[in-house]
Amino acid sequence: MIGVGKIKQYTNVLDKPLSKGKQEVSLSAFAFLFSEIVQYNQTQVDNITELERRLEDAGYAVGARVLELLCHREKGNRRETRLLGILSFVHSTVWKVLFGKVADSLEKGTEHEDEYMISEKELLVNRFISIPKDMGTFNCGAFVAGIVRGVLDGAGFPAVVTAHFVPAEGQQRPRTTILIKFAEEVVTTISIKSNFARLIFTFSLNNALEDAIYGKFLQKFITQWNLVIRRGFSMLSILRDDIDTFLLTFPMLSSLLDDIMILNYTFV
Amino acid sequence: MAAIYSLYIINKSGGLIFYKDYGSAGRMDTNDSLRLASLWHSMHAISQQLSPISGCSGIELLEADTFDLHCFQTLTGTKFFAVSEPGTLHMDNLLKHIYELYTDYVLKNPFYEMEMPIRCELFDINLSQAVQKDRVALLGR
Repeated sequence: MIGVGKIKQYTNVLDKPLSKGKQEVSLSAFAFLFSEIVQYNQTQVDNITELERRLEDAGYAVGARVLELLCHREKGNRRETRLLGILSFVHSTVWKVLFGKVADSLEKGTEHEDEYMISEKELLVNRFISIPKDMGTFNCGAFVAGIVRGVLDGAGFPAVVTAHFVPAEGQQRPRTTILIKFAEEVVTTISIKSNFARLIFTFSLNNALEDAIYGKFLQKFITQWNLVIRRGFSMLSILRDDIDTFLLTFPMLSSLLDDIMILNYTFV
Repeated sequence: MAAIYSLYIINKSGGLIFYKDYGSAGRMDTNDSLRLASLWHSMHAISQQLSPISGCSGIELLEADTFDLHCFQTLTGTKFFAVSEPGTLHMDNLLKHIYELYTDYVLKNPFYEMEMPIRCELFDINLSQAVQKDRVALLGR
């Protein structure tokens, strides 16, 4: 049958190198176990959405453990704190350990800033699975989506993760895309975590502030941060690499301006 | 000319769970294929009993004027048999390969119910690839 790989055999246990715990398991054994998991869950639910949720929950438990293990084993007990860091950790490290290869692609969603996609030509869990026509868009990749959610959640990046079939051009079988949509607070905290960001805010000035803007304090503030504020300009854009320190002093600035609102962040 | 005319898979109680024909020769309608499947199942069982030598596992090859019927029985009693052109070689290998595909893409599929008709997209895809490959190999021989 088809197997991921064989474990090298050593006659003497002392010849064996100290295990890093990286051995591969039989693909057949996994396929049968996974098939049973799906079949068992199918008996417990009335609809496909529920089945998808249960598979995702099963994967979540795996993801939470995998994060713990891999942070210890691969990263010297350090956890990724940057958004792109954790995404590439999932895409390469996690995928390699779980599926023996790096995921086919990691892309940023084009429509939404907070969406990322991991695409796989043929997901390992789906290798032997044919979805019956009456089950519609159901994808057993929900299990993998759960794993990704588990890893991200454990690392402090809560997200909604779903698995979808996407028809591929020139291919008989559709590819599977794992869609990651980060929770709102993640997108907001990125600015603190990113070392290099561009902030754009709007503000309106009242009369008192008109004076204050040219006041000594703000002048100093402006010089310190290389800000360009011009009269009548309501948009302000800054590009700095020490943005987190800036955000700490930000309340001082906002006390001088009324109605200040951060419009968006871009990362460069 | 296609070497293989048609392929049947029957479950351990003689029910037809998969039927596919290749090429124009020997095409049958659904009722006939079901009948043939259960007929073959019984004939196979009778042949085991009739054999003068003990430990007979049933008919493996039936040779006729216009076709050969190759049968492969698995340990669980599922039978794979193929009707082919007379004198086609290496059919047993193809049947074993199809058995392998069956274990991979049918038995590992959580949506397949045992002993029921096979409706698995991946099995169909891989089966037609295997048959295609076999034909190419036949041309080369």
